[in-house]
Amino acid sequence: MFVNGEERDLPDGTSVAAVVATVTTAASGVAAALNDEVVRRSEWDATTVREADRLEVLTAVQGG
Amino acid sequence: MEGRDTGRLAVGGREYDSRLIMGTGGAPSMHVLREALVASGTRLTTVAMRRVDPAARGSVLDVLRECGIEVLPNTAGCFTAGEAVLTAKLAREALETDLVKLEVIADEHTLLPDPIELVDAAEQLVDDGFTVMAYTNDDPVLARRLEQLGCAAVMPLGSPIGSGLGIRNPHNIELIVERANVPIILDAGLGTASDAALAMELGCDAVLLATAVTRAQSPALMAAAMRHAVEAGHLARQAGRIPKRRYAQASSPFEGMSGS
Repeated sequence: MFVNGEERDLPDGTSVAAVVATVTTAASGVAAALNDEVVRRSEWDATTVREADRLEVLTAVQGG
Repeated sequence: MEGRDTGRLAVGGREYDSRLIMGTGGAPSMHVLREALVASGTRLTTVAMRRVDPAARGSVLDVLRECGIEVLPNTAGCFTAGEAVLTAKLAREALETDLVKLEVIADEHTLLPDPIELVDAAEQLVDDGFTVMAYTNDDPVLARRLEQLGCAAVMPLGSPIGSGLGIRNPHNIELIVERANVPIILDAGLGTASDAALAMELGCDAVLLATAVTRAQSPALMAAAMRHAVEAGHLARQAGRIPKRRYAQASSPFEGMSGS
């Protein structure tokens, strides 16, 4: 699968929460989209990823 | 109209004590950014949404939280309505706000808004319950359309983002203000304090700027200048300026001159 554009080798069935934890430990201010659909934080544990999925993990940065 | 003739800026049911909305892009450090934001007196400030950088140190969110400033996520860098809508939804989830500064640009060279994609994205976000503040060209017709489809504020540019060219078409800004029933916020292109004062004198409800402050030689000093300029321009607008005349009009009486 791809996490923020980088290819990762993760077993099918890994939760979104576990994948997000590999890029940030922030307790807030972070959002995730799986294949261009937002996954609410409350659903991170119950949502699993599969090969060929694309997960984007975003936060706020300086801008505008 | 909403937000006008009072000291406070009203957008989508929220009120702000400052009519200066700041951006955070371009500041050389979080320390400099914090000093500038405090000096500006702003109550609402933009951030962008980007992929998490595990190596990043310090967060702009921490700075805003510590300064008690409300966060306004933007969709900077989006070229299509689809990208902008997804970015806005991610921002709503990450930052727990329905406010969004909607920005859909046409190309990297001019960073000018793409009106077709902008209207498409604005409709989708309004329908989804967002409080949309739309960054747009200085086009009175497009500004009207954005208001009609439910944007909470319309934000025409003065000139291209980061250019410092000021307000290139003051007449269009006046036309936009005259017909608007939502706040008009001059966004982009301002270079110095007189540009911000002019925006307010033309009748804008607020000013949004970043580069003019963050890339100034002294960001905190320029932030203070902008704060005063916005207040001065707003007061001048309320006061009602004198009409322009072709010839002089004496301010001292001619009656009673010696030898007359």
